[in-house]
Amino acid sequence: MTTTSPTPLLDIRGVQHSYGEVVALRDVSLSIADREFFALLGPSGCGKTTLLRSIAGFETPRQGTILLDGQDLTALPAHRRPVNMMFQSYALFPHMSVEKNVAYGLEAEGVGKAEIRRRVGETLEIVGLAAFAQRRPAKLSGGQRQRVALARAIIKRPRVLLLDEPLSALDRKVRAEMQLELKRMQHEAGMTFVVVTHDQEEAMSMADRVAVLNRGGIEQLDTPVGLYSRPATRFVASFIGSANLLDGSATGGPAGGASSVDVPGVAVFPATHSFAERESVTLVARPEDVHIVAPDAAPLQGVVVDTFFLGGSSTVSVEVAGLAKPISCTVHAANVATRGERVGLRFDAARVVVVANPVEAPAPAAAA
Amino acid sequence: MATQSPTPGVVPRGARRGWAALPFLTPGTLVLALFVAVPLLLVTSYAFFERGRFGGVVYTFTLDNFVRLADPLYLNVIATSIGTALIVTVLAVALGYPTALVIVRLPPKWRTIALIAVLLPFWTNFLIRTYAWILLLNNAGWINQGLQAVGIIDEPLKMLYTQPAVIIGLLYMYLPLMVLPLYSSLSSQDAQLTEAATNLGSNPFRVFRTITLPLSVPGLLTGCVFVFVPAMSNFVIPELLGGGKTVLIGNLIRDQFLKARDWPFGAALALVLTILLIALIFAQQSASRRVIEGPRERKVKRDA
Ligand SMILES: Nc1ncnc2c1ncn2[C@@H]1O[C@H](COP(=O)(O)OP(=O)(O)OP(=O)(O)O)[C@@H](O)[C@H]1O
Ligand SMILES: [Mg+2]
Repeated sequence: MTTTSPTPLLDIRGVQHSYGEVVALRDVSLSIADREFFALLGPSGCGKTTLLRSIAGFETPRQGTILLDGQDLTALPAHRRPVNMMFQSYALFPHMSVEKNVAYGLEAEGVGKAEIRRRVGETLEIVGLAAFAQRRPAKLSGGQRQRVALARAIIKRPRVLLLDEPLSALDRKVRAEMQLELKRMQHEAGMTFVVVTHDQEEAMSMADRVAVLNRGGIEQLDTPVGLYSRPATRFVASFIGSANLLDGSATGGPAGGASSVDVPGVAVFPATHSFAERESVTLVARPEDVHIVAPDAAPLQGVVVDTFFLGGSSTVSVEVAGLAKPISCTVHAANVATRGERVGLRFDAARVVVVANPVEAPAPAAAA
Repeated sequence: MATQSPTPGVVPRGARRGWAALPFLTPGTLVLALFVAVPLLLVTSYAFFERGRFGGVVYTFTLDNFVRLADPLYLNVIATSIGTALIVTVLAVALGYPTALVIVRLPPKWRTIALIAVLLPFWTNFLIRTYAWILLLNNAGWINQGLQAVGIIDEPLKMLYTQPAVIIGLLYMYLPLMVLPLYSSLSSQDAQLTEAATNLGSNPFRVFRTITLPLSVPGLLTGCVFVFVPAMSNFVIPELLGGGKTVLIGNLIRDQFLKARDWPFGAALALVLTILLIALIFAQQSASRRVIEGPRERKVKRDA
């Protein structure tokens, strides 16, 4: 899916980068709108940090351009780019107090002393570190350091804020507070955020749009709802949320009419798709799209192997003959099936998604 | 300050760990005691006795040796020594810092080559190096010949046997001791710190002034001590390149022991020198710590 955003603020076109033999980014193109909250999501080593570093000017892409407001960023030295970055490893200045660290960007800009004092105080208040202003970074906890790094990056209120895993070291409560703060700040100051995160929940709940990266390329770029309900690839389907993945082949039905997916040895599932006959595909069914029904009427039967009570609902794992992994389905707490019980399963044909199931490509590391 | 009350556990931990390590240090401690502490104590004790008529010591307690030190003649030698060593140190910083900075920014392969080039003079024989300087600096030496051939000067410049010659000799000798600690300190700096500073809008010059330079202060101070200490006590170079005209404290001590045969006074001089240098090292250590840990938040009492 390509982006169709009004007035792209940041336009990344065909960026490629490699460190020696290691390819970190392969042909990444995306555009980010003004005031958008954009998240980069992907497994470790997929190139998220490299992309941020390219935008900030610390890596020079082998190919491609990065435009900000239509202006080529690559022509600007790193210190002139209207972009602030929070480093994944914080990179706090060890010889400066928290206060000095946070004030550093404003001092570089030549802002007046009184103004710096006011804004530093304000920003430390936001991240909840006002009491630690005089401490050196070495005497802070990991989570406190992370918040100093965050404060230092946000204080200049840049056009584009690049945050590399900004909240990963924080506990649940502080993290939720910071998430709200970031959203509030974004609205108030009209900033554009590009946030790297490992935490899908965070990406899904905060971002306007999410780019899922894998092995240096974009797998899918969509809204959180889009990613969840219409995954474009098998990787996205398995990476985002939990899903039942059933590999099979596409069939157009006996008369070429009703399309379905044939999972050999298990069943033929009705599902809308536009794949050619017998093409290798994967059926993606979210747990909430699988319903437990009476065994006799169901197209698929299995035995309950486990139930997890989650408060409002339960997740039931059902072992089905012919499938390596049990099917998990979400049911309401009231009608929990018991372990060992034989049940029938029905997939919601309107909600299941069919994606291509490419023959597993060799890992890039092995190729390099 | 936020932390007025000392945090429990912070202070004694270091002390406790120090004692726990003692058994493991025993062989090293013994060697040090035998070969450093004992001679040092011996020499130190000489400073408080009278000299013998033909050298040696007469074991009668006296403070005369220290009274003699107040003689302007000797104070002058100490002042000249400190002055010379200071000039050498300052020049070593001026030459060594840029050198270390350049080496750190070389690609890894060239870095090793450059470091070896810096160390190379250090590995060649000391006398050969010093005589090479004599060949270069003397009136009919290569520098004078070259300058005369080009026509910049008519008369040969008097370079050998002057104070600048001593300074050049000392500088040449101890420059690697400045470059190495600086290199080690600069190369261990986290590259992301300068990136973060750049990202926050600092131009390269400001990045150097606010990040690179302050973080290299411990290495810089180590280098200064490494250069200052031997430059202050060296006695061969002042003699060979200074022609014996520039008397430094090292020459004086050597002369007391070997020529004047006044061991007690030599010991007093040596004691003063040692105290000066130890004070210097302590000052360097505490200054370095200040850079990394920040201003003292509270007085740390080191009791067992
Ligand atoms: N300086 C470097 N030299 C060589 N290879 C590098 C360098 N930095 C990153 N890489 C490689 O480039 C790839 C992408 O790295 P990158 O740091 O962008 O990953 P990431 O998505 O940020 O991962 P993580 O989530 O673990 O931070 C990885 O395979 C990594 O090993
Ligand atoms: Mg990263």
